[in-house]
Amino acid sequence: MITLLQYRVLLPLVTLIALTGTIFILQPRTMSYFGLSLLFSFILPIALATVAQMFVIAVNEIDLSIGAYVSFATVTVVTYLDTDPAIAVGLLLGAIALHTAVGALIQLFQMPSIVITLGMSFFWGGCALMVRPLPGGHAPDWLTAIVKVKTPFVPFPILACVVLALLLHLLLMRSAVGTIFRGTGGNERAIRNAGLSVTGIKSAMFFLSGLFGVLSGVVLAGLIVSADADIASNYTLLSIAAVILGGGLFVGGIVSPTGAVIGAATLTLAASFLSFINVPADWQTGAQGAILIIALALRGITERYEH
Amino acid sequence: MQTDKIRPVLLDLTGVDKSFGQVHALSGVSLSLHQGLCTGLVGHNGAGKSTLINVIAGFLPPSAGDVAFDGVGTLNLLSIDQRSALGIRCVLQELSLCPNLTVAENTQLLHRHLRGRGWRRKAADLIIAKLDDIFPGHGIAPHTELRRLPLGARQMVEIARAFTQTTTEVRLVILDEPTSSLDTQSSAQLLRYVRTFVEGGKNCLFVSHKMDEITSVTDEVVVLKDGRVVHQIETKDTSRAEIVSKMGSIDTDLRGASQKKTFGGKDSDGIALGLPAGPDIPPLSLRPGEVIGLAGLAGDGQTEALKSVLARYKRKCTFVAGDRATDGVFPLWSIKHNTSIGALHSLLSNGIIRSQSEAKLANDWKDKIGIRASGIDADLTSLSGGNQQKVLFARALASASDIVLMDDPTRGVDVGTKREIYQIIEAEAQTGRSFLWYSTEFDELTYCDRVLVFCQGKVAVVLEGAEINEQNVIAFSFGQKVSA
Amino acid sequence: MNTRFSIKSTVGSAPWIWSYAAAAVMALVTITFSRASGGLDLLTASMSFATFFALTGVAQLFVITLGPGNIDLSIPANINLSAAVAMQVMGGSDTMVLIGLLAAMAVGSLVGLGNYLLIALLKIPPIIATLASSFVVQSIAIAYAGGYRVQPPPGLKEFVRAKIGPVPLMALAAILITMCLAVLLHKTPFGRGITALGQNPTAARLANIAVERTRALTYALAATIAAFCGVLLAAFSGGSSLEMGNEYLLSSIAVVVIGGTAITGGRSFLSGVWGASFFLFLLITMLNALGASPGLRLMMMGIIICLVVFLASFRNAGIGQAVFAPLLKASRRPR
Repeated sequence: MITLLQYRVLLPLVTLIALTGTIFILQPRTMSYFGLSLLFSFILPIALATVAQMFVIAVNEIDLSIGAYVSFATVTVVTYLDTDPAIAVGLLLGAIALHTAVGALIQLFQMPSIVITLGMSFFWGGCALMVRPLPGGHAPDWLTAIVKVKTPFVPFPILACVVLALLLHLLLMRSAVGTIFRGTGGNERAIRNAGLSVTGIKSAMFFLSGLFGVLSGVVLAGLIVSADADIASNYTLLSIAAVILGGGLFVGGIVSPTGAVIGAATLTLAASFLSFINVPADWQTGAQGAILIIALALRGITERYEH
Repeated sequence: MQTDKIRPVLLDLTGVDKSFGQVHALSGVSLSLHQGLCTGLVGHNGAGKSTLINVIAGFLPPSAGDVAFDGVGTLNLLSIDQRSALGIRCVLQELSLCPNLTVAENTQLLHRHLRGRGWRRKAADLIIAKLDDIFPGHGIAPHTELRRLPLGARQMVEIARAFTQTTTEVRLVILDEPTSSLDTQSSAQLLRYVRTFVEGGKNCLFVSHKMDEITSVTDEVVVLKDGRVVHQIETKDTSRAEIVSKMGSIDTDLRGASQKKTFGGKDSDGIALGLPAGPDIPPLSLRPGEVIGLAGLAGDGQTEALKSVLARYKRKCTFVAGDRATDGVFPLWSIKHNTSIGALHSLLSNGIIRSQSEAKLANDWKDKIGIRASGIDADLTSLSGGNQQKVLFARALASASDIVLMDDPTRGVDVGTKREIYQIIEAEAQTGRSFLWYSTEFDELTYCDRVLVFCQGKVAVVLEGAEINEQNVIAFSFGQKVSA
Repeated sequence: MNTRFSIKSTVGSAPWIWSYAAAAVMALVTITFSRASGGLDLLTASMSFATFFALTGVAQLFVITLGPGNIDLSIPANINLSAAVAMQVMGGSDTMVLIGLLAAMAVGSLVGLGNYLLIALLKIPPIIATLASSFVVQSIAIAYAGGYRVQPPPGLKEFVRAKIGPVPLMALAAILITMCLAVLLHKTPFGRGITALGQNPTAARLANIAVERTRALTYALAATIAAFCGVLLAAFSGGSSLEMGNEYLLSSIAVVVIGGTAITGGRSFLSGVWGASFFLFLLITMLNALGASPGLRLMMMGIIICLVVFLASFRNAGIGQAVFAPLLKASRRPR
């Protein structure tokens, strides 16, 4: 039992399977290639944003700007990538650089990341609005073609999420450098004693967070018809909830990349699930909140059982 | 000594000083460790043992003096990881591992060149081989997260990690109370391993309160007292009793037994303490006006005892923290607010705190116990440690509670302030307040009417009157049985 | 020398002064740029709108004072629900104003207690617990209000628009409430308990402060203030709507921080919330007057929030030292 519980992804996985199973039973038609593509169509950008959040949470910080940041990336792509690719790439790289610098400053000056990233959420929101004051835009056709590609047997979003989870698992959980990243969240002093720079590590994590935030924005751009500056603003809270749902903790360097991706999938599905079981539209947000509470309460119980 | 001439010096400390503010933790420590020996480092609470090993390991820079290592020269400018690369390893009491990483991953943090394909297996093999070596039958899986292991197992991992060797040779391992969370069997295994380790020409600096460990594992013993080396002798030439006596101070019993008042009160007037106690100890109670001291080795259950009394009697008690930063200080508040927090209910009019009464209360106590500050509105953190401590006393004494619990409250306080604090305690006891006073200093225990000596989490003996002396306290805190 | 020291120490112990200074600068700039005779109009408008920023900020401040990690993300949903409840209970009738207000505040306090229970019993971190509860509360609001807008009673509507000279009555009332809350926070054992808890929970427990009760009451109090603000907002904007609270999520945190309160808790300035609220409103007005796009406005707000925190991070040290000390430390750290 203990060895099973060690796999923190187990609980979110069970939640996800239960949700999917119920949907299959209620709507057998979803149990098809097309049905699955529909259910999971927006999972990839959410999963990428969750991963971006996870990198920051892994080092005991939090990023309240990720939603606005992803929105900025999305509107940049739909506005410039087709016509002025140089501007688009420049803006996106600049965004990653600035995000990295924010991480470095947070550590260097011991500033609370919750407020700095809150301020940055206004900043990125403003940038997004300046790039695209009115809804519209158009992603390059090649991008749409990539994110909507029809892969054999398993729909692309699901496939991509599995690959994403595997890659991140290798990077964060299996590689030597991942050990250092997580160790920083666990015991900064131990990392410093090993002769490493905590500022450097935190910057690296914010860099990765910025990179995956941009990826999330790019993928989202390919999925939508038109974008506005608020397109991903709910990703901030969604990503935090998904990381925690996926077995992460706010402190202690305890995160699970696979869990985070599964958490993102669970939250994406929860919405579909609620409409399938005919929860009235009015109550759907509330039921999402309830699912979040139940999942976290369950986790609290299993954690207590462990100790 | 014969052996010294044969064995070259590995580590050489000359005139090492370390002070924290006005407190001198180490003064002029000179010490040479000769290759292939296990050196025992002993001393009573606050003798400077922790500071000394922190200086050697590189966690603290010395205020003065030099630490030199064989073949390298001075270590003073080297960081912890550089010292570790030279073969100086350290196992401190607080865990320096990452609780969220696995046993193997924590090993990699020390051996960072283990990377690339198969590093996890290599790190796992390395640590498991060493665990097998030191603690046969340990049953620790290499890919378990550390926080999921029991405390003893974590300690075993930390110890084993310090002995693991890849590119450079491990030459000196510092062990600070390594057996504190190990069971008897693992402790014995560790001691055996330390012997084989030093017989292979390596060194070990072994810090322990347990005298049987010191006598069985070390080649020589260094006794620290008040930040100085007072005694260094080969283990075979000394005895447990001699070591213990060297730890004590020469001028025992500052006040003398004659001065001690005999305390009247009856048990029935007091409150039951309900402390964990050995079999021969009668139920303990604290009488009005009584000062009871809690003694014994640091961390042997005294603080827990105080907190259990607080939890039991709540508002009847007030607590004076010794670990100021963690347990006492509200760092963003002024002296006034820090003082009044325990007495707010006496300052109310219509539910609102009267500013004048609050200021008066703070000023009165500031004068009464001589807090040296520009005014009561100054930030608490702008004061010296001793004055901060006085504010915590003021907080406790200003409250309406009859019972004052004190958790080694003079920790890191200068001598003058201590004297003042003792006077306050005596004066307050006269007015009928009772004190439960955990102290790590013998002198302070002489101010107590009774002293409870703790050993391994329990009250081992109750000393009264002339029985309260340093010899008794040391003897009982090291586990001596009450003689009939 | 002496006077300089005293000025410095005064400002050091009252960092909220900066928010007023910034607000004053903003007011001057705005008046200059809007080449307006409308100085009084600006005062009226800024006091009215600042009221909503300030009340939500005050609610957030109480929770933030409790210490690291404590935050209330359910304020917007709470505003939406309690405003809807108030408007329905009042039903456009002046006689029901008081009952409607009490109903809204009762709803608010229940939301706050719910937040506390999620945090304390289920051990969910406050940020997630209040987020989840905000989902539930918002749904209840949607289901309850059913999408139609009830007009506020005429008397209430008149009250929120009433002025004494150029000063809105509503703002005066809100300032009065803030003053009472300041007394509660700084001059009662309960308030001292909140502040103590935010600085050092262990020491607070050892000083015999009822930690859990303080926490529960604080979450309830904050939610009650937010509910009260919701009623005013609904009356001011001609009826409750289900999204009217949403813009106060981030601003409630921002005004607390700009007002000099420590985000890590234990050191709070209610007066600063008002200064920051004026500042925030005037900043928006000024950027408008300058013809800044909504995007630029947001961006500027973000930069200013970050700058304020950056400066606050070395409030007690000299600026030069604060900038260079960490850099020096970083370069000196042995490799």
